[in-house]
Amino acid sequence: MRIHFKTSYEHDIRLFPDRWTFLVYAALLALAFTLPYWLNDFYIGEATNVLIWAIAGLGLMLLTGQTGQASLGHAAFLAVGCYSCVILMEQGLPFILAFPLSGIITGVIGTIIAIPAVRMHGIYLAIATIALSILADDIIVLLEPWTDGVSGKFAPTIVIFGLEIERWTMPDRFYYLVLVVTIICTLFYRNLLRSPLGRAFAAVRDSEVSATAMGVHITRTKAISFGISCAITGLGGALMGFYAGAFNNETFSIVISISLLMMIVIGGLGSIHGAFFGAIVIAFLPQGLSILKGAVMGGNVAIPGLETGVFGMILILFILFEPMGIYGRWMKIRIWFELFPFARKDMFRRQKSYLKTERLR
Amino acid sequence: MSLLEIKNATLKFGGVVAVNDLSFSVEEGEVYAIVGPNGAGKSTVFNLISRFYDPFAGSFSFDGHNLLDRKADAIADLGIARTFQNIELFDHATVLENLLVGRHRHRRTNLVEEMLFTPRVRRQAHENREAVEEVIDFLDLQPYRSKMIAGLPYGVRKVVELGRALASGPRLLLLDEPASGLSVEETQDMRWWIDDIRKQMGITVLMVEHDMGLVSGVSDRVLALADGAKLAEGTPAEVQSNPAVIEAYLGAGAA
Repeated sequence: MRIHFKTSYEHDIRLFPDRWTFLVYAALLALAFTLPYWLNDFYIGEATNVLIWAIAGLGLMLLTGQTGQASLGHAAFLAVGCYSCVILMEQGLPFILAFPLSGIITGVIGTIIAIPAVRMHGIYLAIATIALSILADDIIVLLEPWTDGVSGKFAPTIVIFGLEIERWTMPDRFYYLVLVVTIICTLFYRNLLRSPLGRAFAAVRDSEVSATAMGVHITRTKAISFGISCAITGLGGALMGFYAGAFNNETFSIVISISLLMMIVIGGLGSIHGAFFGAIVIAFLPQGLSILKGAVMGGNVAIPGLETGVFGMILILFILFEPMGIYGRWMKIRIWFELFPFARKDMFRRQKSYLKTERLR
Repeated sequence: MSLLEIKNATLKFGGVVAVNDLSFSVEEGEVYAIVGPNGAGKSTVFNLISRFYDPFAGSFSFDGHNLLDRKADAIADLGIARTFQNIELFDHATVLENLLVGRHRHRRTNLVEEMLFTPRVRRQAHENREAVEEVIDFLDLQPYRSKMIAGLPYGVRKVVELGRALASGPRLLLLDEPASGLSVEETQDMRWWIDDIRKQMGITVLMVEHDMGLVSGVSDRVLALADGAKLAEGTPAEVQSNPAVIEAYLGAGAA
């Protein structure tokens, strides 16, 4: 059994609550940085994919998990990030400038769209953002002179201070690039959570009326949340473009939006871990399923809609039995070990999901 | 000049007159209570001061500032904090985080600083924490500091909500039924706290309350409302013995 013994206010502010947690994350980071030595190119590519999804998931998590605003339009912002980064690079800007700039552009566009959109609540906001996802496709086609419309674009080679990075020929370098971006995004996210703005996000999520009474400007806070969320998602989108190598108007479809939202729900709303757990599920589920299918029915049997079906099933099971997602389960197992042997069976009975329909229980 | 001055306030919801030509003022340093039967418009007065409703007519001034010039989220900046009749806490956050949200009006750092967590943000975090810890000490909330609101009993939530309002460092505290749903002992605690809030912290309190024991125990002046209009105003004893008040509460012929 572990006891947190707090001796200064700094305990509640610093990144790691105690030395043990610090060691765990240090080990995780060391593993992440040495991964290319352990795995072959194919699996490094898969790990990169997980991290890119995690970045995009972090973006949506900030909006949905922290601020409580559902969005089904984040594929559009992936597209904005991706196209703006590549177009800026084609105009001669180096990657090191074009990449952060693409995040900022996505963030600004997101904020502008958010100002009218966040006045809507719950399901209405979700529907409005679906429209965004659908429109993105058409807008990319309409802006053909910049986006090359249906024929699509190829991601250029990234050059950072003379160092070439290309996804197919040098997956290790690309992996490290994505890893560094992931760490920076996670750190920004974590910093926001422990500062006044992050608490204002949670306040807006849980009670708009008392947030207002405490001096939180609801629309502005939601718009800022939308903006930051879009900026992070935009960075994820740019990396996704480089990862895919080629992309057109159909790459960032509404299916991606839905997968993103499902991903953070399965991972666990409102936690950084959730974005990563969800990313692992979404990146490895298709592979896992095809291996399983191959073992059970042979490799050449096609089952249309299998992935979507299984994914939907997993989502429903999580909403019913573990509303806090994989992170919730993870936390419970951890607490069981930390309190050993004092954990009680009913410790989490009072846990509630974000769905406010179960007040009478 | 009074700290809070309300003149000829009127609010209508369609044909229903919720507040009817109401005028009253709260002096600095006093505890002022509003009483009245259900639907008398007590909470509506609070929501008018908090600017959640736009009045039909009337003037609202706080320490020389016209409240009508401000939106609801700019009221806290003046130093007006409030609690709610049906507790409005941030359920998926800890007690500490809830109290820290109370410090929001003292935020001086911007988005970029907070993302980078600069030393200024860290200093501010410590300042806020110290202010919050004083409130935690005052209200004896130490055992609940890192507990989630969702798992706390009603009485404790009520105190946390008072704490969140206090954490913002207000000049005027609006308490909407601070004792509703509390046990006798908890109500007693609440009475001492309200006394101390006024005497030690020098905060002016405006409260809506049904518990006449609490009202007569702590308040300097009482306003009785019925159907949105002023029925009586004066010391607790004066208001309680006012025939119009007795009639409004108990019905005609009871007195």
